[in-house]
Amino acid sequence: MIRRPFVQPSSMPGFGIAMGITMAMLSVIVLLPIGALLLKGTDFGLVNVWTTVNRERVWTALWLSFRLSFLAALFNLVFGVVLAWVLARYDFPGRRLLDAAVDLPFALPTAVAGIALTALYAPNGAFGSVLAEVGVKVAYTQWGILVALIFVGLPFVTRTVQPVIEEIEREVEEASATLGASRLHTLRHVILPMLAPAALTGFALALARAVGEYGSVIFIAGNIPLLTEIAPLLIVIQLEEYNYDAAAAIGIAMLLISFAMLLAINLIQIWSRRRIGYV
Amino acid sequence: MTRQTVGSIAPRPAPLTAAEILAPLRRMRPLLTWGAILAAVALSVGESRAETLLNVSYDPTRELYREINAAFSDYWTAQGNPVPQIEASHGGSGAQARSVVDGLNAQVVTLALASDIDRIAQAGKLPADWQGKLPHNSSPYTSTVVFLVREGNPKGLTDWGDLVAEGVQVITPNPKTSGGARWNYLAAWAWAERNGQDPKTFVGQLFRNVPVLDSGARGATTTFAQRGIGDVLLAWENEAYLALKELGEDQFDIVVPSVSVLAEPPVAIVEANIANDEQRKLAEGYLDFLYSPQGQALAYRHYYRAWDTSAAAAEDVARFPEIELVDIAHFGGWARVQPEHFGDGGIFDQIYVPK
Repeated sequence: MIRRPFVQPSSMPGFGIAMGITMAMLSVIVLLPIGALLLKGTDFGLVNVWTTVNRERVWTALWLSFRLSFLAALFNLVFGVVLAWVLARYDFPGRRLLDAAVDLPFALPTAVAGIALTALYAPNGAFGSVLAEVGVKVAYTQWGILVALIFVGLPFVTRTVQPVIEEIEREVEEASATLGASRLHTLRHVILPMLAPAALTGFALALARAVGEYGSVIFIAGNIPLLTEIAPLLIVIQLEEYNYDAAAAIGIAMLLISFAMLLAINLIQIWSRRRIGYV
Repeated sequence: MTRQTVGSIAPRPAPLTAAEILAPLRRMRPLLTWGAILAAVALSVGESRAETLLNVSYDPTRELYREINAAFSDYWTAQGNPVPQIEASHGGSGAQARSVVDGLNAQVVTLALASDIDRIAQAGKLPADWQGKLPHNSSPYTSTVVFLVREGNPKGLTDWGDLVAEGVQVITPNPKTSGGARWNYLAAWAWAERNGQDPKTFVGQLFRNVPVLDSGARGATTTFAQRGIGDVLLAWENEAYLALKELGEDQFDIVVPSVSVLAEPPVAIVEANIANDEQRKLAEGYLDFLYSPQGQALAYRHYYRAWDTSAAAAEDVARFPEIELVDIAHFGGWARVQPEHFGDGGIFDQIYVPK
């Protein structure tokens, strides 16, 4: 039996330089800061990191941040796919304009988004005053945080799913229909499985974005401890006390939870890819 | 490169042409260009001209220093000096202090709390006894905390005791992130002490009436004034007057409580960031200007309580009613107050301990 080398030389030229650039960029831009954060944590000591994180107020904030981020990403998963479907499949006046508008949450400074949303949803704002009449409060409650997180995460699912929908060939749907499948059946068993991997990628991106979001949430949240205090705010509070170690500790906790969630999503993705065999 | 000639014993290298000599250089051209660009960037970052000054300040002083800088520039050139280039940076006091600690090249700091400048001193950027270098604890102007209420004061709020009543909503920023909010908290504390109430319980009740904790003073003003949240805003006196001026005197009233705090926002030269004697002269001249009659008049005009009224407009001075003011020394100084009240697990955190 021939032993295969550990690294199989690629038949594509330029592997060495491309890999070198990739590793260098990744190290400088991603790995180094995260490494510094983890180093700060080990300096502080694992026990101290744990005692900093293991307090009711920190757990409450982490639970709030991750729960609302998950819900916002879930909302974006459903409506992002619908939006992508509309943009890819139908032609109507203003489609291109709408298509461009989807990217706005990427471009807008998050503080601007936060202030604009607060102005709209505050009890004296355009939406807020109507909602107040039916007894619903959005700004300065957890609902407000959810609205802000949905806003910043909106483009991710749409932008990952849209090209996939454009790629799906009409013949596939037609074949399904000719074989006697109902529209719902075609959607459930033909279309959705093809979209699932891309949609999950978008979901993961939206989730990750929401977990780290600070700028827009801070204006609409109310920031009351134990009620509307997000985990990134706790980090800022620790920094404000020059307590870099405790800030790093909460940062590490967020990093670990995020990593676990993204890993889980990746596993689901691999599973769904295997199930349909391609894409 | 070498060619074999008939009759020669060893291959002889042909003489190099000019193009061949320059070829390696040409190949290195991209490298040289990048090197030059990087060097230029590095130089422009490191360059510090003597006639520039960076004043790192906190949020509500934006308008004040815009005028001070213009007035000082005129004054300085009139003295026969070259035109100085003065820049000001504004933000939360704590965040600004952190930037200076982390290397922001500020020659002058004008922050909300002495404890923030203490922190810069701990990093070794200025001597620990900085606060004794200029008059009045290095505070050229002071302010206090007052109430901003809605027009006509519909809830009838006249003093701190009224703020803990059922159904009153109080707007203040978060003392954990805002220097100004710490003064709000301490003012309430001082009132409770003087009125035979347990300060901790009183302040706890007060913060239960706070529906929104903004991270900074300006944010809280916006929440109260633009979003219409709350019945009373605990504000810097200068912010309250500014809100009246900017947002309409017919919408809000200022209520002055019986007891408040004497907030001393101090100023200092960051010794470690002074490049040369020229810059030192400029920085010292700048801070002295704050104490000059002209600088003091500007402080009065921007609703700060200053010290020297000689050049100030009469109506700017007459605006301030007498209040009993308690200073930070009463609470034991920032070095004690900061950890005891606002530190991790301190009294403010205990207010929000879950039941």
